Amino acid sequence: MAAITLDSVHKSFGRTEVIHGVSIDIQDGEFIVIVGPSGCGKSTLLRMVAGLETVTRGEVRIDGVCVNDEEPMDRDIAMVFQNYALYPHMSVFDNMAYGLKIARVPKSEIQRRVNVAAEMLQLEALLERRPRELSGGQRQRVAMGRAIVRKPKVFLFDEPLSNLDAKLRVQMRLEIRDLQKELGVTSLYVTHDQVEAMTLADRMVVMNKGIADQKGAPLEVYSDPRTAFVAGFIGSPATNFLPVEAATNPRHDASLLGVRPEHAITCTPSEGRIQGRLIYAEALGAETLLHVKLADGILFTVRQAGTDPIPSEGAECGIIWDQRHQLMFRADGIRCEE
Amino acid sequence: MEKRVRFRGWLLPTLLVVPQLAITAIFFFVPAGQAVWQSLFIPDPFGLRSQFVGLGNFVFLLSDPFYRASFVTTAIFSASVAFVSMAVALWLAVLADRLIKGSGTYRTLLIWPYAVAPAVAGVLWLFMFNTRVGLVSWYLGLLGYDWNHTLNGEEAMGLVVIASSWGRISYNFLFFLAGLQAIPKSVIEAAAIDGARFWKRFWTIVFPLLSPTTFFLLVVNVVYAFFETFGVIHTITSGGPQQSTTILVYKVFSDGFVGQDLGSSAAQSVILLVVVGILTIVQFKYIERKVHY
Repeated sequence: MAAITLDSVHKSFGRTEVIHGVSIDIQDGEFIVIVGPSGCGKSTLLRMVAGLETVTRGEVRIDGVCVNDEEPMDRDIAMVFQNYALYPHMSVFDNMAYGLKIARVPKSEIQRRVNVAAEMLQLEALLERRPRELSGGQRQRVAMGRAIVRKPKVFLFDEPLSNLDAKLRVQMRLEIRDLQKELGVTSLYVTHDQVEAMTLADRMVVMNKGIADQKGAPLEVYSDPRTAFVAGFIGSPATNFLPVEAATNPRHDASLLGVRPEHAITCTPSEGRIQGRLIYAEALGAETLLHVKLADGILFTVRQAGTDPIPSEGAECGIIWDQRHQLMFRADGIRCEE
Repeated sequence: MEKRVRFRGWLLPTLLVVPQLAITAIFFFVPAGQAVWQSLFIPDPFGLRSQFVGLGNFVFLLSDPFYRASFVTTAIFSASVAFVSMAVALWLAVLADRLIKGSGTYRTLLIWPYAVAPAVAGVLWLFMFNTRVGLVSWYLGLLGYDWNHTLNGEEAMGLVVIASSWGRISYNFLFFLAGLQAIPKSVIEAAAIDGARFWKRFWTIVFPLLSPTTFFLLVVNVVYAFFETFGVIHTITSGGPQQSTTILVYKVFSDGFVGQDLGSSAAQSVILLVVVGILTIVQFKYIERKVHY
């Protein structure tokens, strides 16, 4: 177990800089999720911690020791890959035992540790199988098992659930969470899925175009986004954005107003702060999403409880929201100070 | 999804297939049939008459110490050619695979030897190792080594192995490089994170995953060493000294066309035909199954 520090880490491929100075402090035993859209540099950041990419500038420290020039095998980390990266020519047992064999752990100890991990992950019956004879979820477990048996200082997860179907993803998400709490190993988890980030993270880091836009506990990030990007990326359905007209602008620096779908409600057109026409109502059972097209063509989503009456599609309606919940952003995307 | 084309009449498909069938018949079935037929006869020294001997040629061959020696020579020769050409090719492919820039240039340059005909390659190496004017043998002389492959059977074998392997390296290199590039990067990375350093990774991960390629190349190279190295042997050693480089194919030639023992030569061709048949069966039977994933 260990603390990890990223100290203004930069990464360039050739002349293109893809990570523009990211600093993160990870406490011992903490579960950190790096979330962002594809191409934001989150995987590159993880690979730099793993030692699979060089660090162009800045420092990566594990337990206070700079590991920039250390090879992956000298960092005492384990990584779970998106495509699992199991060794196709080895049985499940050998896949998990590989790292231990290299570390010259005694045979009986290897046997014991693999068995413990297999039991934890319900893989006992599959130990003799080859990876190609396993389902996606089972492969995922083997990849986890391979990481666990080595008892590393750090777990790295590179979008480990994105190749699973939706149901399995929810299940594995819970299992990963449990496992991490049980083992207490410092973990760094990369995903593009904001639901995974919200549910797994002790703290999350939202990446945007090579910059860490915001770091913090999931709910804190959700309720208090520092930038328009974070407000739009975290939360589903996404935050609605409206341009702020100069005339009605209560503040001089704001140019964008954000309202989360659950903070808005529909009403009669005359009562509404804005007006539009309901073009589509998605009844999801527990909740209903109302898609309203405003006069200037912007789509605005309102989320209401599934038990509320659903207005008829095509009807004109107004939308109101509580002033306390609206988010104001400057032209450069930064949130206005309250 | 397989897409089949159906012809309406029979004329066009027949016309399309006939040239290939004709070539196979004229250049394979007819000569092979003749070889089988001739292997049952012994012609007289002037080639005027021949006497039917049944399997006599085969019986004689299999009890002939020279023929059996040639079998051993062929085994040593083809094993060496396959090993040398594959080992060097694999080494080069591993190096080229690690390159990020300029691997295209290396690849292009490394393919060139493949374009050189075996006989020409033989002459090339013969010049370099010529006992009187050869550059390599001269340098070896400076080092105190007296190179003479015209007298020393082992040196002769070494030289034909080098000359035969050289062009083959290109071919093997291409397959190995393609095989290496087909191994998922993340598997190698996972092994690195698991603590395996380069050579450990190579022997425990890369090499086993390359086994389909390796096995394919092994069969192909053995077949090559058996049958396509005639030009090299002929130009460099002519099977000598003292038959130390007379591989089976060369013996077919020297017994038949030099020794004029057509019956024995034909019988040897038939034996070779059987050998290549067995190799093909081995290849087809195991090449799919030996695959690890």
